[in-house]
Amino acid sequence: MAWTWQSAIFFGFIACCLIAMSIWERLSPGGNPRDGVLGLQTTRGDRLFISLLGSAFIHLGWLGIIGQPLWGAVAVSFIYAVLVFNFV
Amino acid sequence: MSTKTVNQKAWFMVLPVVLLVAFNAVIPLMTVVNYSLQETFGDNVFFYEGLTWFEQVLHSERFHAALGRQAAFTLIILLIEIPLGVAIALAMPRKGIGVPVCLVLMSLPLLIPWNVVGAMWNIFALPEIGLLGKTLNSLGFDYNYTRQPFDAWATTIAMDVWHWTSLVVLLAYAGLSAIPDDFYQAARIDGASRWSVFRYIQLPKLKRVLTIAILLRFMDSFMIYTEPFVLTGGGPGNTTTFLSIDLVKMALGQFDLGPAAAMSIIYFLVILLVSWVFYTYTMRHED
Repeated sequence: MAWTWQSAIFFGFIACCLIAMSIWERLSPGGNPRDGVLGLQTTRGDRLFISLLGSAFIHLGWLGIIGQPLWGAVAVSFIYAVLVFNFV
Repeated sequence: MSTKTVNQKAWFMVLPVVLLVAFNAVIPLMTVVNYSLQETFGDNVFFYEGLTWFEQVLHSERFHAALGRQAAFTLIILLIEIPLGVAIALAMPRKGIGVPVCLVLMSLPLLIPWNVVGAMWNIFALPEIGLLGKTLNSLGFDYNYTRQPFDAWATTIAMDVWHWTSLVVLLAYAGLSAIPDDFYQAARIDGASRWSVFRYIQLPKLKRVLTIAILLRFMDSFMIYTEPFVLTGGGPGNTTTFLSIDLVKMALGQFDLGPAAAMSIIYFLVILLVSWVFYTYTMRHED
């Protein structure tokens, strides 16, 4: 599969997100759907999906418009994810 | 003590599906991500390139053009196939011998393999000997899909409409058949017009099946490869080179696995985003 440590970290991060979400739900159940600012009913899992998908496009946009390095895109994605988890 | 029953056996029941998805989706996707960060010249030897291929693809005129052609193609076929499919489904008989006859006729194009559809239309549209091409030329049109971009596009769209409108028809017909007669009786009592019956009874009841139909047709047409490849080979020039054709040319023709993998990931993300937005917003008021 031609692994690199960078891609291993990437998939490891996604796996950690899924595990953290499971632990979170176990410790503090509350993943029921709720209405957010986008007019959607979202669960915690939905909000993680929206955060990850949006972050992918933030990174692509940053790479296409500004270029490397991507630390700015990481910061914007983090802020975006916090907003999604709080308001979407 | 909690009386809630916790049965973890259910996890074992879904294990086969998890394994299947892992083997046919997750592992290939991981491989593509790995390839997108590296360069290879064969012999399973790879060199790390970082995000170079993503930058290259994002700035590539060729990718922008293929994406534009792909989006235009998908939009056009959706605008034709969905209304046409619903119209045919509405016109189909509800009972009698006509039902099986229509259903079989509608299913026939779906049973034909994609490369055969491409080959059929290739011969059918040939300007010198094909029935369509020769007829159009004898009527005075200067038709030649191998030379003229407009003709190539029109033929590719006609082929897709011929092949896939049936799917929309069958889904819409199933949706229409599921509407109870009571709704129509109430509409008759109220003196509703044919348009009102369609607008306020049939169309809302078709919402779910049409959502599925649009999603299926969007995803399928956005990934279209075999039919236009057999019909036009992506030509004349690059005018019918859609994303999949361009991707295969890059990955297999040029053996540029890194840029092709980066392009695949961007391609996948676009399909995922559009499908998710469409599905979520269409179904947001459903239970």
